[in-house]
Amino acid sequence: MTFFSNIWRNEKSRELIVQIIVLFFLGWFISWLVMNVNANFEALGKDISFEFLFIPAGYDINQYLIDYNNRDSHLRAGIVGLLNTGLVAFFGIILATVLGIALGIIRLSKNWLASKIAYWYVEFTRNVPILLHILLWHGIIINTLPHPRKAISLGEVTFLSNRGFYIPKPLTETGIELVYLFFVIAIIFSILFAKYCKRKQDLTGIQYPVFWINVSVICFLPLIAFFISGMPVSLEIPALKGFNFRGGMHMSPELAALTFALGIYTAAFIAEIVRAGILAIDKGQREAAESIGLKPSKVMNLVILPQARRVIIPPLTSQYLNLTKNSSLAIAIGYMDLVATLGGISLNQTGREMETMLIVMLIYLSVSLSISALMNWYNSKVKLVGR
Amino acid sequence: MKTKMLLAGVTAGVMFAGSVLASTLDDVRARGKLNCIINTGLAGFAAPDDKGNWTGFDVDFCRAVAAATLGDADKVNYTTATGKTRFTKLAAGEGELLSRNTTWTFSRDVDLSQTFIGVNYYDGQGFMVPKALGVKSAKGLDGASVCIQTGTTTELNLAEFFAGNNIKYNPVPIETNAEAQELYKAGRCDVYTTDASGLYATMMSFDNPSDHMVLPEIVSKEPLGPVVRHGDDQWADIVAWVLRAMMAGEEKGITSKNVKELAAKDNKDKEINRLLGKDPLQGLSKLGLSADWAVNVISQVGNYQESFEKHLFPLTIKRGMNALYRDGGLHYIPPIK
Repeated sequence: MTFFSNIWRNEKSRELIVQIIVLFFLGWFISWLVMNVNANFEALGKDISFEFLFIPAGYDINQYLIDYNNRDSHLRAGIVGLLNTGLVAFFGIILATVLGIALGIIRLSKNWLASKIAYWYVEFTRNVPILLHILLWHGIIINTLPHPRKAISLGEVTFLSNRGFYIPKPLTETGIELVYLFFVIAIIFSILFAKYCKRKQDLTGIQYPVFWINVSVICFLPLIAFFISGMPVSLEIPALKGFNFRGGMHMSPELAALTFALGIYTAAFIAEIVRAGILAIDKGQREAAESIGLKPSKVMNLVILPQARRVIIPPLTSQYLNLTKNSSLAIAIGYMDLVATLGGISLNQTGREMETMLIVMLIYLSVSLSISALMNWYNSKVKLVGR
Repeated sequence: MKTKMLLAGVTAGVMFAGSVLASTLDDVRARGKLNCIINTGLAGFAAPDDKGNWTGFDVDFCRAVAAATLGDADKVNYTTATGKTRFTKLAAGEGELLSRNTTWTFSRDVDLSQTFIGVNYYDGQGFMVPKALGVKSAKGLDGASVCIQTGTTTELNLAEFFAGNNIKYNPVPIETNAEAQELYKAGRCDVYTTDASGLYATMMSFDNPSDHMVLPEIVSKEPLGPVVRHGDDQWADIVAWVLRAMMAGEEKGITSKNVKELAAKDNKDKEINRLLGKDPLQGLSKLGLSADWAVNVISQVGNYQESFEKHLFPLTIKRGMNALYRDGGLHYIPPIK
């Protein structure tokens, strides 16, 4: 009796006991769920099998980054969908980040109009559900842009229509290797030059316009090679053939709408995160920087933002994760992402609900964990180093 | 999965109950009303009219079965069902009859334990285009953008048709019929594809139906027909012969106008006599129907032709495959003797 009451009175052992009990019930609940599924499947005469992944999918997908036709397997259809998810998440994250940081800074500007516009943007955008953003952008694109036969032409090479945007596609010819080589040389030069200037500045305090010199080198060196080797790039210009444009590079209205909607929606949240990050930096830092005569842009880039980054990164990560997961709403406008292919048409054609849903969930989980890991790594690079 | 689980359980329960308790016919007679499962709304097949009464080609069949079994075509309770819920509702006993443009396929007949009692509308997947496009054949659709409603066999039919004719297309998969219509109207797609009857119904809901047309190619077989539960052969026979009586009416020229008159006299064509109860039809008592069952069906609902012309001609649907065999169609009914 005293032995047990002693254990219970000991804080450490009491915590251990409570944790064991909770763990036991959790394990019991999970195994009950699994057994329930198994029992129901058995009653139906169904089994859990992933063989359907290797039979021909039979349906077509309108956008594929790797070769695909309807005789390919459900697995390949799923990969095509996953890459489409990745593509829209990639574009969306770039748009959201650029727009969000700009808006966050503008919102803090002393210009009354600019700051109010940023304020209203944030308030309007983040208080409307993302699905409505997606439907709105899709509606705007397909209802306001003209039919391909009356497409808006920009210099007869780029076309805007309600079937999407068409731009010329560069086709490389022999001799392009020289351009690539010069490009690599330019990059290596830039890195070395930047290191050299940094050391020079550390030693003497003299500053060079490193950024502009490097940009010019990276732009002009390959350009010179391009002319030397006789312009080895030709453009495949989109042309109207039959119902639609053929050739060139194509961005579908669905991809465009989804990118705009996800980017613009998430930008509102990122703007607030950036603003919070900047405001978290003590006023004294700014005043100190200004007092040593730094220009406002230098104050921001050299003093405020590097410190604000530490505050910004963790919540920014979760916005990137949200954007990626929100891209699964693509199904509403017919963009064929992972949910629409493997979790939609494949599910319907094969009747393997449990298997497809498990795969789709696992994929989203691993994508999110990867983004998380990447951002954590970046966070550990920029975080305050304890000395 | 859930659906099927429920189906399996309920079907087993219903079959067991059916063998012990009264037959489906007795249930309907005891209730005094037929419970009929119909579409949630498809112009021409099942849609509420301006007074809120269900009307349409599929609704007429519910009425015909009520006329044959209860003597009054108006004694029907309607239950609506979507494509997903229809079989569950039938299996769960929410209705004795599923009359909801349902395609007869092997797996539905065998795997889901339903009884398809015949075909009342031969359909197939077709293509709708704006006339301004200047396309006369689906084979001229090379490179077109095609709006598809996902979640049916449509995607596979489409892929096979285009691959088989070696032409390319750009699929635009859409979740519901309503959204797909909006995209088609906005010009996001050149073509909209679904069952041809659905295309006509959709087209007639547009502001300018005459600006659109359905292409002649039909790329799949979609035999649509009424469905009943497995396990009550008497009920299945009743429903099957009501459908045949409506077709026999057209074949023999019996209409809602002249049926009373023909029933009263001795016709030269003895099949008319047997159908209308003038001469005895051997075995009718086994179905539990009175001698005037077919008279009730044709006088209150009309024959197959009348129902078709009343509901589907306004949608500009032609008889085509749905004509009687003697007119070059597919409807060929067994003799009534």
